[in-house]
Amino acid sequence: MAVKCWEGVGDIEHSAIRPRRLVSRPQCLGLRLVSSILMMFVATLPAAASEIQAAVLRIDYPALLPLSRLDLPEEDRAFAGAELATEDNNTTGRFLGHTFETRTVAATPENALAEFQALVDAGYRLIVVLAGADDLNALADAAPDDALLLNARSGDTSLRSENCRANVVHVAPSDAMRADAVSQFLVWKRWTDWFLIGGSNEKDLRLAEAYRKAAEKFGAQIVEERTFQDTGGSRVSDSGHVLVQRQIPTFTQKSSGHDVVVAADASDVFAEYLPYHTWDAAPVAGAAGLRPVTWAPTHESWGATQMQRRFEKLAGRHMGEEDYQTWLALRILGEAVTRTGQGDAAALRDYILSEEFELAAFKGVPVTVRPWNGQVRQPILLSNGRMTVSVSPQEGFLHQASVLDTLGLDAPESQCKEFQ
Amino acid sequence: MTGRLLATVCLSVLLASPAWANKVFVSNERGNTVTVIDSGSWEVLNEFPAGNRPRGITISPDGKLLYVCASDDDTVRVFDTETYEQLYTLPSGPDPELFILNPSGNPLYIANEDDNLVTVTDTENHSVIAEVPVGVEPEGMGISPDGKWVVNTSETTNMAHFISTEDYLIKHNVLVDQRPRYAQFSADGKKLFVTAEIGGTVSVIEFDEEGTPGITHKIRFEVPGVLPEWLQPVGAKITADGKWLFVALGPANRVAVVNAETNEVEKYIIVGQRVWQLAFTPDEKYLLTTNGNSNDITVIDVEAQEAIKSIQVGQQPWGVVVQPN
Repeated sequence: MAVKCWEGVGDIEHSAIRPRRLVSRPQCLGLRLVSSILMMFVATLPAAASEIQAAVLRIDYPALLPLSRLDLPEEDRAFAGAELATEDNNTTGRFLGHTFETRTVAATPENALAEFQALVDAGYRLIVVLAGADDLNALADAAPDDALLLNARSGDTSLRSENCRANVVHVAPSDAMRADAVSQFLVWKRWTDWFLIGGSNEKDLRLAEAYRKAAEKFGAQIVEERTFQDTGGSRVSDSGHVLVQRQIPTFTQKSSGHDVVVAADASDVFAEYLPYHTWDAAPVAGAAGLRPVTWAPTHESWGATQMQRRFEKLAGRHMGEEDYQTWLALRILGEAVTRTGQGDAAALRDYILSEEFELAAFKGVPVTVRPWNGQVRQPILLSNGRMTVSVSPQEGFLHQASVLDTLGLDAPESQCKEFQ
Repeated sequence: MTGRLLATVCLSVLLASPAWANKVFVSNERGNTVTVIDSGSWEVLNEFPAGNRPRGITISPDGKLLYVCASDDDTVRVFDTETYEQLYTLPSGPDPELFILNPSGNPLYIANEDDNLVTVTDTENHSVIAEVPVGVEPEGMGISPDGKWVVNTSETTNMAHFISTEDYLIKHNVLVDQRPRYAQFSADGKKLFVTAEIGGTVSVIEFDEEGTPGITHKIRFEVPGVLPEWLQPVGAKITADGKWLFVALGPANRVAVVNAETNEVEKYIIVGQRVWQLAFTPDEKYLLTTNGNSNDITVIDVEAQEAIKSIQVGQQPWGVVVQPN
């Protein structure tokens, strides 16, 4: 029994519907007596839950400069989100005798496995990972049996299907969820004739496939499809916009009649150039224009303004998607610790995957977790960069269990067997 | 001619006004104003500037002072309820959102959303008496009728914190559902109702023989044809006899009528869009709701449990308080 003293923070009362009683009633009463006499906080939870250590491992891949200066990578991306989540978890933990500590590690693709192993050797079993799909699975396969990984970056849909791992919870939405979010909105708008422009890299091809499936799923048609070859180097620095202004119209001319251009550019090569430069006047969605995101610095609904302010005060900059996804990953762990009083990965995983788990995450509905593949169910924001234009799922798209399951792989669509 | 007009006006005022007409004050979060309405005629009397992002709103027991949380000004503004002039401001700590006044009129207990604090402010000498660290994003504030407990709900920590008004220390914490918004005691002080916006529930909290609070029931909501996610409990008020609990359900555009003795929901009253906070008239004949997205308030006939009127107010009405008799 861990005993911690916190002046004046009081004791926690177990509600009638707690999933499990952690200590027997006589023990509770005894402790209440002690706490009321000494006016100190007495933790009524197992020692294992009193100090929770988690780590955030971020792999930094070599990359060209982004097309937009607004996307320049911040040194503390994801880590600042981790810091805020750890603060939030500790503020809550103060009333329960839980302390949270988070270690952050930035790795290269070459030393990522070694850094991961070092965390494991140091005793870390709860690890948030920001990595590409292959590296994430390599770490998941190298992890000890008693570890839980939380994916805060990769949207690779196969990780939620044939390439799933039982020890990974996906906090980041899949590409399928994002594509479905866009598709629902376009179909709601009755912009059902799409001109799909995809990139030529492997991840662009996967993203284009997600949009093809999303079109079919909700009744849109891809009336024209083209591939923009990544030939390297086409930044709008100096007078590059002059070139872009000539290239994009010619690239998009003579296409079949369409309502909207959908950009599947996972490599940040061309999508930002599409708005206003397409041959025909058409809105752009996907990788530019109307973008499906988990977070935007402009998001204000459902108390998000508070979150933005807390983050900006802490980090001195706007909150990005990886900050939010890392914050959410650690808050999911924190909430599971708060509700179960447990600190080990297996118990937390059980609770997170159970029907009892839910968490408020500034999206208007609780986020929960799909038990068939470990994917966090969540609404997707559709942002134009200045405003939240809409939030999917859209009205009218129904599902027998949860409307959030209209986004991404539903149970019958996922080939994941690891969670059975 | 003028005489006849005057007589007609007098007559209509006499007919329209019951024995007690009270001023209703509505804070308009986006409009940065307070709207004043007469509860006899339901006419808008005035709308005056109230600082940046006015949200929480309350009134002194004698009805003379109106307190407004000007969230973006990091202060509580105090207005004269006759002249609508600002008299002074009170130190509130940063980003005050909701507060509750001690039934005696002093002190004021204020939730500081951004700083995880409850600030206790002396309304007479305008000083901060105490700052109580609470959970993440404190919001709901309730006070027990005997004035012993101030309860704060923290939206991200998901707890109701029981703060003793004697020493301003937290003595109990009760875990509730996601995003607790509002805390309302019954008039006899035996029950505390805590709404959870994202959890979609109202926790009924009672004290056991040892005086320890715990959840004894959870009220849930269900409306055919309305997605469960839209049923988001926010503001709540209970009649003085402890029989009827009214719960504002946010984007569901409904107020739930709960039999507080059986905890059963008996009725849903359709009101304006994004219904947020509630207030009774002193005789409890009417319940007023702020409807943030339709920029109006709905008047509910409490006995009939029906909406009888809606009144246009300023931009994005948030809180409402009625002047006592």
